[in-house]
Amino acid sequence: MTDLSEAQAAQEASTIGPPLWLLAEVTYRCPLHCVYCYNPVDFAKHEDELTTEEWFKVLREARALGSVQCGFSGGEPMLRDDLELLVAEAHRLGYYTNLLTSGVGLNEKRIDALKEAGLDHIQLSFQDSTREMNDFLSSTRTFDLKRRAADLIKSRGYPMVMNCTIHRHNIDHIEAILQLADDIDAEYVELANTQYYGWAQVNRDQLLPSREQLERAERITNEWREKHGNKMKLFFVVPDYYEKRPKKCMNGWGNIFLTITPDGRALPCHTARMLPGLEFPSVREMGIREVWYESEGFNRYRGTGWMKEPCSSCPEKEKDYGGCRCQAYMIANDPAAADPVCDKSPFHHKIVAAVEQAQIPGNPQQVKPLIYRGPKESLQLDRPF
Amino acid sequence: MTVTTASVPKIGRHFRIQWEEAQKAYVLLYPEGMVKLNQSAGEILKRCSGEASVADITADLEQTFNAQGLQQDVINFVELALQQKWVETT
Ligand code: SF4
Ligand code: SF4
Repeated sequence: MTDLSEAQAAQEASTIGPPLWLLAEVTYRCPLHCVYCYNPVDFAKHEDELTTEEWFKVLREARALGSVQCGFSGGEPMLRDDLELLVAEAHRLGYYTNLLTSGVGLNEKRIDALKEAGLDHIQLSFQDSTREMNDFLSSTRTFDLKRRAADLIKSRGYPMVMNCTIHRHNIDHIEAILQLADDIDAEYVELANTQYYGWAQVNRDQLLPSREQLERAERITNEWREKHGNKMKLFFVVPDYYEKRPKKCMNGWGNIFLTITPDGRALPCHTARMLPGLEFPSVREMGIREVWYESEGFNRYRGTGWMKEPCSSCPEKEKDYGGCRCQAYMIANDPAAADPVCDKSPFHHKIVAAVEQAQIPGNPQQVKPLIYRGPKESLQLDRPF
Repeated sequence: MTVTTASVPKIGRHFRIQWEEAQKAYVLLYPEGMVKLNQSAGEILKRCSGEASVADITADLEQTFNAQGLQQDVINFVELALQQKWVETT
């Protein structure tokens, strides 16, 4: 090997990989009002949605960089009348196309059009398995509708992938949720505990389950797995508040994920918009190549160079990249701090305090009224999280 | 699951294989996920058309790469791919 080729090899190893995953949040509009919604609390201020042509440009440029998985989410993506056009363009460009929907607005006509457009996959989200609970959580009558959506999805030959967000108010219904998943022949079921961003952070103390609730739910999920074998693949995600190490958030900042918000902000993660002192570029003003490789927003927390103690000298820093920047900001008031979920963080006691509070039934924090996600509430709260 | 030279593997339902220039590799795409294939996996999988048998695939590979004795490698890989549901056999 010559010196030159060694230098080239070293350079290649240090280069930034492509944004393999493109998440197109095509709208913040949504007919539901989930109390754990992951959209920014001030979403109602960002109404100026990208046009069809602007989305086409995003899709083209990201694909040219190497994006290959494309997710259409929201809000409720079905509220975009041009969703079929966007899917068709993504399909034509060679993406594997995924739709993340609550199922509202999905009917025979639209699912046929989506299939025709080349949609590869649909993930259906459920708020809970009983009508009463479902209505309580989303405050609209959507449960029967979801069942119909599930039937439509299956009848068009899609795998049935169901996602249910779990929290204090529905976690005790886990059997009913699993039964429902089985009834609709779900192939993959994700029972994901709420992550505390956006509206879920507003409602955090009311949503965090107790340890006992969690253990019960996990045990039942395991029993179900043993009894039913491989027919349904079950994933149970515990809230990171109960962990001592943070998750490897987004698989690393600016590593493989690229999110585009309804109004065209490019983000390394769909909640990063809340972070202070960072200008995230708009795709109306900057091409995707420059966004990904050169923008300050994407470079700031890439890799490990930006870290402070305790992360910077930590042997585990490549494992979790210091966890979530948003959680660090929300709890330690510093986006460059260690994720306070980590027990090496000097702010870990704040997580412990929230968890402890969740063990005391009926304490005042827990029984505060839930705030439903909605445009009116968004404008009233008028804050990023 | 036993795979023989007569088995006819086909890319599994909900999976898609394609060449990705940015990664200089074949990738297998599926709902919300992706596997990057190494060269031999890519070369075998792209021949899993549902028409060619393991024997045909082996012969094709041996000819293309001017190699011999690949049969067991192909069988082993197709068995693994079956377990992962990357392929189905008919
Ligand atoms: S979490 Fe609920 S309210 Fe938020 S976008 Fe999804 S379905 Fe709509
Ligand atoms: S100190 Fe930082 S890098 Fe180390 S485990 Fe905790 S969060 Fe991860």
